[in-house]
Amino acid sequence: MAASASELLAATASRLLADHKIVFAGVGTPLLASALAKSTHAPHLTIVVEGGVVGLEVLPGRLPISTNEMRAGRRAVMLPSITQTFLYAQRGFFDYGFLGGAQIDPHGNINTSVIGPPDRPQVRLPGSGGACDIITHCREIFIVTMHERRRFIEQVDFITSPGYLGGHDARRRAGLLFGEITTVITNLALMRFDSETRRMRLDALQAGVTIDQVHEQTGFDLPIAPKVGELPAPSDEELRFLRLLDPDRLFLS
Amino acid sequence: MTFVEARRRLEGKDRGLRDKRMPAGDAARLVQDGNHVAIGGCLYSRTPLVTLREILRLRRVDLTLSRNLMCYEGELFLVAGATRSLVTSWIGIGLPWGLSRIVREFVESGQARLEEWSHLALGLRYRAAAMGIPFLPTLSMLGSDLLGRTSARTMICPFTGETLCLVPALFPDVAVIHVHRADCFGNAQIDGYPHMDPDLAAAAATVILSAEEIVSTDEIRRTADRTVIPFFTVDAVVEAPFGAYPHECYGRYEADLEHIGGYARGVTAGGAAAVRAYLDEYVYGLDTFDAYLERFGTGRLRRQQQAAQELTR
Repeated sequence: MAASASELLAATASRLLADHKIVFAGVGTPLLASALAKSTHAPHLTIVVEGGVVGLEVLPGRLPISTNEMRAGRRAVMLPSITQTFLYAQRGFFDYGFLGGAQIDPHGNINTSVIGPPDRPQVRLPGSGGACDIITHCREIFIVTMHERRRFIEQVDFITSPGYLGGHDARRRAGLLFGEITTVITNLALMRFDSETRRMRLDALQAGVTIDQVHEQTGFDLPIAPKVGELPAPSDEELRFLRLLDPDRLFLS
Repeated sequence: MTFVEARRRLEGKDRGLRDKRMPAGDAARLVQDGNHVAIGGCLYSRTPLVTLREILRLRRVDLTLSRNLMCYEGELFLVAGATRSLVTSWIGIGLPWGLSRIVREFVESGQARLEEWSHLALGLRYRAAAMGIPFLPTLSMLGSDLLGRTSARTMICPFTGETLCLVPALFPDVAVIHVHRADCFGNAQIDGYPHMDPDLAAAAATVILSAEEIVSTDEIRRTADRTVIPFFTVDAVVEAPFGAYPHECYGRYEADLEHIGGYARGVTAGGAAAVRAYLDEYVYGLDTFDAYLERFGTGRLRRQQQAAQELTR
C-alpha cells in the first residue's frame, strides 16, 4: 500500500509516542498519530485536547474536526474548562505537544497568525489558538507539517509559537524555562536541533526521498547530520488503521 | 476599566434573588452600543446564538467581541456592521473549511482590528477578572510576537527572579452564555464542556443567560455540584431549547455540520454578499426564534438530537 503524504506524517509521528505518556494533541494529524500509537505500541497513552478533554477515545469514522465538539469528548475521563486544561500543561503534566504551522524557521519558531506585516497582513491566518501555550508548556514538542519551500523559511513573519527564538539559549533567556522542541517531521524527512546552536538539522529521510529533494523544498540552509538514517515506510497495518479512522479522508488528503 | 472600577460597577448593581426570565429580544437590550461583549462556548460548541441573533436584530454598533475561539458569529457581526474589533486566539469556521474569507477581507483591508492572545492568556484574562484582581502571571506568550502586540507586560518575579508574562484582567460589559439548564434566578448548570463560561459569568458586569430548559430551584438543589454559574452573576434568563443551533449543545444536539459547511462554502464563493444573504434569511427575516428553528425543520432537529445521544452515550 502506498502512503499519502498525510498518512506518512501520521505514521511517522505515532512512532515518537511512548506508552504511559500524556500527549496534548490537536485535531487532524496529531490526533490520528496519537490514536495510531494507542492502537499499536502505546495502549496506555492518554490523549488530551485543548477544548477540555482528558483521555479521549477516537472512534473509526467519527473523527472530531474540532477539539471542543462532542466527538472529541467521547468516553473522556474528564472534561475540564479550557483554562484548566492549559493550566495542567503549565504545571508540567503533559509529556508531548504537537504543532504545525504556515511558516517555520530554522530555530523551530512557528507562525500561524499573519503572512506579511502584522498591521496590514497579506494573509490573516486563524491565529494561535493553543499553539503558543503548547510549545511553551508541554515537555517535548513535535512539529509535524508538509515540507514546502514557502513554509520552511529563514525568518517567520510573526512568531506565534516560540521555538528556540534566535538559537543558543535565547529561549531560556526569554523566560521560557520548560519545553524542548525536539523533532520536526515532514513528508520528506525528520529533523532535529543541534544541541548547542539549536538550529534545525536533517537527521533522517522518509523512505525513497533524497537529500537533494529535501534541500529543494527547504527555504534555508539545512545542515546534515553525520549519519542520515532512513525512516521505515508505514506498514499496511498502520495505513489500514488510519483509513479506518478517517474513511472520509477529512485529514488524510 | 480597572479592577477597582469593575468592582464598584458590580457593587452598584441589583444582585437580588429575583425571577429574571425574559424573552431573548428583551435580554439583548442589555447590550448597548460600544459595549465589550464576551461570548460563551467555544467555536461551534454552545454558542449563544439565540441571544446573538437578537443583538444583531437590534442593529447595535461599535461592539467589541471577545471569545476564545471565534466561529461564524464573528463573520455575522463584522458584515452586519456591529463590530470592528475582535479579541480572540483563533478565528475560522472549523479546520476543514480553511481560512475565513470575511476575516481576511476585513483585517487585511484594515476595516477591522483583530487582537490576538494565546488561548491560555485569554482564559487567564477572564479568570483574573473573575477573581477580582488586576492581572495574572503566566509563562505563555513569552518569546512570542503576541506579547508585544497586546497589552500584556512582563515582570521579574519578586520571589524567583524569573521573567513572567502578566495578562491584564478583562472585564466585559456583557457576557452572553448558553447553558443546559437554569432556574428562573439564573443558577445554571452545564453538561459536558464548561469552556470558559463560569469565568465569563463572574468577569462580566452584565450576564445574559439562555438555557435549553428552565428547571425548578429544587432540581438545581438536588444536583448543586453541577451548578457552575450562580444566580448572583446573572441578569437575564432566556428559555431557549436549541438556543445554540446550528452549533452544538453537548448531549442535546450535534452541530449541524451540513448547514455550517453550506454556509462556509457560500462565503468562500460569495464573500460578504453571501453573509448578507445569510443574515437576511436567518436573522433579519425571521422575527422569532421559533420561526428560525422552523426554517431548519423538526426532522433535522430531531436527527441532530439523536446524533448527540449516540455521541455521548
